[in-house]
Amino acid sequence: MPSHIIGATFDLPAVTSQARRPRRRPRWGRLLLIAAALVFLGLFLVLPLLVVFVQALGKGVVAYFGAISDPMAWEAIKLTLFVAATAVPLNLVFGVAAAWAIAKFEFRGKNTLITLIDLPFAVSPVIAGLIFILLFGAHGWFGGYLRAHHIRVVFALPGIVLATLFVTFPFIARELIPVMQAQGKADEESALSLGASGWQTFWRVTLPNIRWALLYGVLLCNARAMGEFGAVSVVSGHVRGLTNTMPLQVEILYNEYNHTAAFAVASLLAMLAMLTLAAKSFLEWRQPELRHAVLQPRDRTSREHT
Amino acid sequence: MMAAPVAAEFRPHPAGRILPGFGLTLGYTMVYLSLLVLIPLSAVIISSLGLGWSHFWEAVMAPRVVASLRLSFGASLIAALLNAVFGLLVAWVLTRYTFPFRRLVDAMVDLPFALPTAVAGIALTALYAPNGWLGMWLKPLGIAVAFTPLGIVVALTFIGLPFVVRTVQPVLEDLDREVEQAAATLGASPAQIFARVVLPALWPAMLSGFALAFARALGEYGSVIFIAGNMPMKSEIAPLLIVSKLEQYDYAGATAIAVVMLVLSFALLLGINALQNWAALRHGGR
Repeated sequence: MPSHIIGATFDLPAVTSQARRPRRRPRWGRLLLIAAALVFLGLFLVLPLLVVFVQALGKGVVAYFGAISDPMAWEAIKLTLFVAATAVPLNLVFGVAAAWAIAKFEFRGKNTLITLIDLPFAVSPVIAGLIFILLFGAHGWFGGYLRAHHIRVVFALPGIVLATLFVTFPFIARELIPVMQAQGKADEESALSLGASGWQTFWRVTLPNIRWALLYGVLLCNARAMGEFGAVSVVSGHVRGLTNTMPLQVEILYNEYNHTAAFAVASLLAMLAMLTLAAKSFLEWRQPELRHAVLQPRDRTSREHT
Repeated sequence: MMAAPVAAEFRPHPAGRILPGFGLTLGYTMVYLSLLVLIPLSAVIISSLGLGWSHFWEAVMAPRVVASLRLSFGASLIAALLNAVFGLLVAWVLTRYTFPFRRLVDAMVDLPFALPTAVAGIALTALYAPNGWLGMWLKPLGIAVAFTPLGIVVALTFIGLPFVVRTVQPVLEDLDREVEQAAATLGASPAQIFARVVLPALWPAMLSGFALAFARALGEYGSVIFIAGNMPMKSEIAPLLIVSKLEQYDYAGATAIAVVMLVLSFALLLGINALQNWAALRHGGR
């Protein structure tokens, strides 16, 4: 009897491999598909990334560091950091507030509100800049008032911050809403019933629960805030050393045929992009639910799958 | 004495809400949303109403505007179709096969979201310029990519690359492999299995990824302007025309194009929404 059982177990792998054989046959097909996908991604992802660094270092390391340490480049870096440091926290507070209201309570018009929060994603960055020109430009709705009070919004720092706030508006909210909805409100209710105050509940219970999703949203929001070009370009007025963010500095240098310097500044942004992707992969590894949370689009269906 | 707290516990709030902060957070959300998004966006609509219908129509029907809208739509459509095909391929390869550096390749797919568009623009231009790494091979073949509408398609394909991959991937991961195995034991060829079993399940995700890539491509500006050449009537996209009208202080003309693009984008957004609800229903009802 035992030998019979052992015989059966030994037979089993043979049977499985027999059954698998027809699926193994098109091995060349599989290799062809992998090769086609990798060639496509190589052409469209790897080469563009590579060319940035090759062009930036094309005239040697000295020229590269010379371009990066140029005073105008430094002004652009400082402005970009300042804009991101202003826009990300503001959208963070909004994202947490919106997610708290939407995930923890039932109210009418909730789906409409979620759609409205996503609205900036459907708007071209150029139009995002245009709307603030129409409001605060010289001929805009509040143009006369602002001029009378010597306040500059458009072609100045406030306009850049506003345009950046607009294009990065949905990022953090849309990462937090599904995560907080999935977590429900039982944890918070127990904390309250044990005597914690509302703020204590938020800081001690909710925040630890959502910390990875929060970081994820901040990461994506920051990448877009630092890299935004179209909206900022429209409202900035390209005042050198004053309203040029890093992407705008790249454009100016490039249009002056100063390609090495343009690619040198671009290489800093490319490194930021790679850091963002690495951090994103780390967060997805910590919290697998975050996977497929696409940086840009609405992604409700796929979230419901995972 | 005991009855009061118990009653309070069961009905702590008229609406049955136990957690605090509803009024504060919803109020803040509404104010912030209105100030930053709703009021500024309505400024475009109201400004265009001020134009009057005949001025609006005149501005939108100008040959240069029509050409730019046609180019934006045509190039975005081709780019989104390319992304639908290659996105499906990439998603399939990433979920079904194992190969070296698969994780790295998977992470790289999101690069177009993370890389600032201006950087993508100058990088693609450097690649496809006549003396670039790719342009030098295409030039003898008589194919010019940089500074032509073809260059616009390349830039828009880059920008939209992750959408179809990231919408199709989770559906593929969830797909019940037993159904495919059953089809195989019933004698279906791999091609038949793919066409009859796999593809029908992927359709909604593919369509929604396609629509997202299309919508993104329509409004894209930064990556396109470097590679496009920007010749009026030939290689000038609609967002660029808005910018050049603004630079000439033609606010009315810029607003008119913006309204056309906004209406079309919102129609797309609603379409995507409906599609995703339908797909979720279909998936849930399975």
